[in-house]
Amino acid sequence: MYDFDYKRPTSVAEAAATLRKAGEDAVYLAGGQTLIPALKLRLRKPSVVVDLGAVKGLDSIAENNDGLLIGALCAHASVAGDKLVKNRIPALAALADGIGDPQVRNRGTLGGSIANADPAADYPAAVVALRADVVTDKRNISGDGFFSGLFETVLEPGEIVTAVKFRVPEKAAYVKFPNPASRFALVGVFVAKFKDEVRVAVTGAGASVFRVAEMEKALGKSFKAVALDGIAVPADDLNSDLHAAADYRAHLVGVLAKRAVAACG
Amino acid sequence: MVNVNLTVNGKPVKAVVEGRTLLVQLLRETLGLTGTHVGCDTSQCGACTVHVNGKSVKSCTMLAAQADGATVLTIEGLAANGKLHPMQQAFHDHHGLQCGFCTPGMVMSALELAQHNASPSETEVREWLEGNLCRCTGYHNIVKSIRAGAAAMKAGA
Repeated sequence: MYDFDYKRPTSVAEAAATLRKAGEDAVYLAGGQTLIPALKLRLRKPSVVVDLGAVKGLDSIAENNDGLLIGALCAHASVAGDKLVKNRIPALAALADGIGDPQVRNRGTLGGSIANADPAADYPAAVVALRADVVTDKRNISGDGFFSGLFETVLEPGEIVTAVKFRVPEKAAYVKFPNPASRFALVGVFVAKFKDEVRVAVTGAGASVFRVAEMEKALGKSFKAVALDGIAVPADDLNSDLHAAADYRAHLVGVLAKRAVAACG
Repeated sequence: MVNVNLTVNGKPVKAVVEGRTLLVQLLRETLGLTGTHVGCDTSQCGACTVHVNGKSVKSCTMLAAQADGATVLTIEGLAANGKLHPMQQAFHDHHGLQCGFCTPGMVMSALELAQHNASPSETEVREWLEGNLCRCTGYHNIVKSIRAGAAAMKAGA
């Protein structure tokens, strides 16, 4: 690992000011389950690391009108084990409980995961399917427009995710096909049924999370797995790598979407 | 350099570390607590598992500076008065190891499971061990050890 200056601010404002002062190649550190391995591999060479771990007030979970407001520094294990999340959006608790392994879930955070925007991460599917708003120190960003590409979001330099507001659906389920070795989602599909719409969000398959409009329309008419019969997702823009070819990922989207609808009960 | 103050196995520790110093480096190289192992160094194998504020973490994937103010428990902190912790004793009794390299991490991970779930099923133990790799045993006796250790902890509680 290259050396860097380490800063440990205790408020969001102080963190933002510290990063701004440190310059362009400074980075925020949340749980570190992605950034620290990347630093160790010398894939990243920041001059300053601004640790958000001591920032107060970003690790609470609360009910908020029609949604749950989950602090950006909530570890995956906290979300997975939280009574309110388990009660109001059990599919979200189950998703968090399936990220990485127990040790990673104890450190990795919601805000870190979505800011990193790994194409195989689980949380992006929930952000999009659950009509979430990403709350930052500057604004509210619609979950639909938050992810802009491979490891890319619309966050501006220095902007800090402080919370995510997930809407509570009538029914929802997340089903993923984990890579047998890494357990990352080869493909993951989050289906959420709201009063006025159904959302189908897919992670792992493309450069970034995406919705499948044709499936949403079909499920809007009839919320049953059979409603998805005959709907094929084109493989054109999907990922192809040593783990799976694009056409196999396209196939998995269909299979997992049906399983997710079935799991909604 | 960064000043860190933490509690390790019940004792207060003060150290001055580089920003890039990993928690496992502080434990092994500065404090001489070499029971915590580095297996893969890529956040996968879990040989470096310790507890930070009661939760199991991979100490190769946490900066020492991030542990400022924390309470850390390592494998060396388990045995008391010359007597193995029930989970350690269970690994001994059930031969839950071959080379033993992954064992400290297995024991520390198992302890957190037993704290949440006093009677884990075989499936629950195997799922929990997702973050701990053993390259010798095929896990069979590790699973047996953890179930026995959890039972012994429950009986002793």
